[in-house]
Amino acid sequence: MEQLRTFGRELAMGSQGGFYQSKEFLDLVKSIGEARSKAEEDRIVVNEIDTLKRRIAEPDIPKRKMKEYIIRLVYIEMLGHDASFGYIHAVKMTHDDSLLVKRTGYLAVTLFLNEEHDLIILIVNTIQKDLKSDNYLVVCAALNAVCKLINEETIPAVLPQVVELLAHPKEAVRKKAIMALHCFYQKSPSSVSHLISNFRKRLCDNDPGVMGATLCPLFDLITRDVNSYKDLVISFVSILKQVTERRLSKAYDYHQMPAPFIQIKLLKILALLGSGDKQASENMYTVVGDVFRKCDFSSNIGNAVLYECICCVSSIYPNPKLLDSAADIISRFLKSDSHNLKYMGIDALGRLIKISPEIAEQHQLAVIDCLEDPDDTLKRKTFELLYKMTKSTNVEVIVDRMIDYMISINDNHYKTEIASRCVELAEQFAPSNQWFIQAMNKVFEHTGDLVNIKVAHNLMRLIAEGFGEDDDNADSKLRSSAVESYLRILGEPKLPSGFLQVICWVLGEYGTADGMFCASDITGKLCDVAEAYSSDDTVKAYAVTALMKIYAFEIAAGREVDMLTECQSLMEELLASHSTDLQQRAYELQGVIGLDAHAVEFIMPSDASCEDIEVDKDLSFLDGYIQEAIEKGAQPYIPESERPGVLNMGNFRNQDHHESSHGLRFEAYELPKPAVQPRIPRALLPSTEIVPVPEPVYPRETYQTPVTPIPSNPSDAGSAELKLRLDGVQKKWGRPTYTPETSTSNSTSQKTVNGAAQVDGPSTVNSTRETYASRKLQVEISHEKQKLAASLFGGSSKPEKRPATGHKVSKASSHMLEKSHVPNSSMEVASEKTAPAQTPPDLLDLGEPTSTSTAPSLDPFKQLEVLLDATQDASAANSATSASRSPDVMALYADTPVGIHNKDEADLLSGMSNMSGATARPQPTKGSSKGPNPKDSLEKDSLVRQMGVKPSSQNPNLFKDLLG
Amino acid sequence: MIKAVMVMNTQGKTRLAKFYEYLPVEKQQELIRGIFAVLCSRAENVSNFIDAESIFGPDSRLVYKHFATLYFVFVFDSSENELAVLDLIQVFVETLDKCFQNVCELDIVFNYSKVHTILDEMIFGGQVVETSSSEIMKAVEEISKSFLYPFLLCLSKKTC
Repeated sequence: MEQLRTFGRELAMGSQGGFYQSKEFLDLVKSIGEARSKAEEDRIVVNEIDTLKRRIAEPDIPKRKMKEYIIRLVYIEMLGHDASFGYIHAVKMTHDDSLLVKRTGYLAVTLFLNEEHDLIILIVNTIQKDLKSDNYLVVCAALNAVCKLINEETIPAVLPQVVELLAHPKEAVRKKAIMALHCFYQKSPSSVSHLISNFRKRLCDNDPGVMGATLCPLFDLITRDVNSYKDLVISFVSILKQVTERRLSKAYDYHQMPAPFIQIKLLKILALLGSGDKQASENMYTVVGDVFRKCDFSSNIGNAVLYECICCVSSIYPNPKLLDSAADIISRFLKSDSHNLKYMGIDALGRLIKISPEIAEQHQLAVIDCLEDPDDTLKRKTFELLYKMTKSTNVEVIVDRMIDYMISINDNHYKTEIASRCVELAEQFAPSNQWFIQAMNKVFEHTGDLVNIKVAHNLMRLIAEGFGEDDDNADSKLRSSAVESYLRILGEPKLPSGFLQVICWVLGEYGTADGMFCASDITGKLCDVAEAYSSDDTVKAYAVTALMKIYAFEIAAGREVDMLTECQSLMEELLASHSTDLQQRAYELQGVIGLDAHAVEFIMPSDASCEDIEVDKDLSFLDGYIQEAIEKGAQPYIPESERPGVLNMGNFRNQDHHESSHGLRFEAYELPKPAVQPRIPRALLPSTEIVPVPEPVYPRETYQTPVTPIPSNPSDAGSAELKLRLDGVQKKWGRPTYTPETSTSNSTSQKTVNGAAQVDGPSTVNSTRETYASRKLQVEISHEKQKLAASLFGGSSKPEKRPATGHKVSKASSHMLEKSHVPNSSMEVASEKTAPAQTPPDLLDLGEPTSTSTAPSLDPFKQLEVLLDATQDASAANSATSASRSPDVMALYADTPVGIHNKDEADLLSGMSNMSGATARPQPTKGSSKGPNPKDSLEKDSLVRQMGVKPSSQNPNLFKDLLG
Repeated sequence: MIKAVMVMNTQGKTRLAKFYEYLPVEKQQELIRGIFAVLCSRAENVSNFIDAESIFGPDSRLVYKHFATLYFVFVFDSSENELAVLDLIQVFVETLDKCFQNVCELDIVFNYSKVHTILDEMIFGGQVVETSSSEIMKAVEEISKSFLYPFLLCLSKKTC
């Protein structure tokens, strides 16, 4: 009776889905749910683990109980506890005959194990057996496990069965088999390279689910190798066309959209195939246009499809009409209240501005709204967009904004990313040196060591070399402004190490160069740095070297050197430092101070960091001295290799090494290598090799050391990853490098090309114009946002540009007069240059009626109609284009046997003409009209799809699939 | 491809976690905690998307949806469309709803393995294989039915 009650309960649970769980499990879940703290939860789980460990090891546990234990184990592991003691039991469960138990076993092993686990070997056999099972549910369960657990080595063990299953009568099995094959491909492309054609074949499966699933592997394959799949463009286009015409079963409708997920996948594939391929893209224009028209904007999924359309349009060969529709959709997205849509709009805008930069202008206010939105995700996306549209005219605003945002966030990952973007933009587009240095200072100050140390080195080099111009005056101005700003910044607490290194180096090199600050000021600051950051040896090393330079310059200039007491004590402290590097630097400092002006000038020439150092390896300057010594009776120098005794010494270590083997040596002794002797006078020997820093490049040191000569020519500098363009930079900066952007300035061309967007275009443009006008009359009335918009986007509206840049420069830089001329003149140059570049739109007008009319035969739908009209014989000799294409399509089926029955063909043709609607010529229809009968329509759908895909009669596989 | 699917409640308790790339248990927990921390900090009426690169490594995006006491979280890479994934969550939840009649948090907790079955029908090895809620239901029901037979068999034996 008791048992009966249990069964009754099981039955009740079973009717709810058959996934029965016992009361114990429910209690466990409940008590964990009620746990008040993590500790309490852990305690409960540890108890549970103990119980399970005991119970699971008991002999003869009923299957039902065992299944429940396993579920409990899975649950425990999900909560983050180790359940590895039960893995073997899960593996055992997969051997069970009962489907329920087997499924639970498979579920558990897929969650527990990875493909490298030792227990996998015990499962492979079971999987093999299950793949052959008659029960398709067992096969499905096994296929699920296959994709998770089979590794590269075990693929061959199951591959034959999986391939067999591709032709399984159940669509669920075919679907999973194709995905399993895809998994194999991802794990080891070579293992299934001979089976790739199966993916193409499954594309014509008569179940839409299988077809939709096949798009996943095809997408993957096409991503890796576009060119081999160009022949499928027509197929994908016609599938997409049929999907949009609602030819798939109703089950795939989602929120009144026909199979939107399949549409999205297809659009993604088309985007890949059409990228940079004019011919392929032309085939897509019509269908993509259809999708644009048919999508509804009210539902989320409709917008998802529209977004994918935009991605597709911006990826394929440009078509003005489609670009217009895309721009329309984008403005709809941006105007929407939904943050999701705004996000998508910003993303889409970023894609589209690459092709038609003018559309950014219409949306300037919307973009700025997004920038100020409280939603972090949206903000970041907007920064990404701004990053893409940065040019020299708006770089200041954008980088300033980025830096402000960077300061406000805590996420180190994103901070690093945005910092590197700031650096990149500043290096590329900086309008002035002062601005560049200030921007870099900010970045360094706030992100510090998150930034690549190379950026710091680039900054030092920039300050040292100037901008490659001959104008020494500008260079020294730059340096003194850098020194000034650094002295100010040193007052801040807790500066990052990398930035301090730059500061110390610049202060040492140029601190006293312009005479504005006296040596004691600078040395005092440097001592403070060394003291405040006493735990950072690298910074201390930089500081000491900087001190040495300043004293050397003082001595060389003939001024009295009066060492500060704190400096003296620092030096004394470092003379006894544990770091040999610091110690040596301190000794060098001591040595330099003791020298006379002439010697100092020789070893520490002023402002020579960019000079190349010629190393006299033969020490020829000592020749006279040696001669003198030999004349006095000294022994001439015998090279080490020629000295008999030294040979042993040189190989001493080697011998040591060999002694462990204690055997006779049979191989010849190695040739003695002359040990590299430090032939540079001790006092001059630098110690860069010993410095415990990741990047032992101290640019100033290089005049002493042959180890790290500073790359003075740009090609050497190019080896650095973060490249700073130093050659002829001044000429480049100030001119927009992204030339297509400036084409927007030509408002006339925009009007002709951009018909629909024109509607709201002028209004925003006008508003900014008004702002400028009003600003001219009465200073500073305009709205904050519009100002921002103007400075962000202003670069692209031509007439107002001059006042805008002039205004900005006056705000930004101290020497406005010379600067304001530079951007203006460069703007003129730019606009002159880009004017001829605006002709390309004509070239891009591919989708214009004129061009399409010249090649009407390329339209896939017309082709389809032609095929429908024609008899099969005629179709072979049909239009040139289809004939040229059909061999490719046929290649898919080359490996399948040809077996055509005339009767079937007739059926097929009639069915096809039936379904293809009004365009087809009326024919005696055999089947009924598109009724609600799902099975009927499904079959027909697939018929039509296949016919659309392969407009040809020689299609044996098709018949096999359709008619058994 | 989809990298992970997670369901957690508003208190941060995991209700379902499935990772399509193998990760050790500790790493999984760390990611779940990281995601929950971000989810908590999100205001109402903001977008459903989060940049997950700092948690999940490069090229990962996260879409979440908040239903009653539960967060449904999908993590995926650039080969998926954010809005579409948002609807995929909707499909998942609709299917759960059909399955359990007015699904609530408890259903997911107590029918742990069934939820996994539904998910397995939708997403296979990180790829979305089925997007039709009715097709998924059909498949799941067939599995349930096959479970029911043995019980009926036993029951009839006992009563006879």
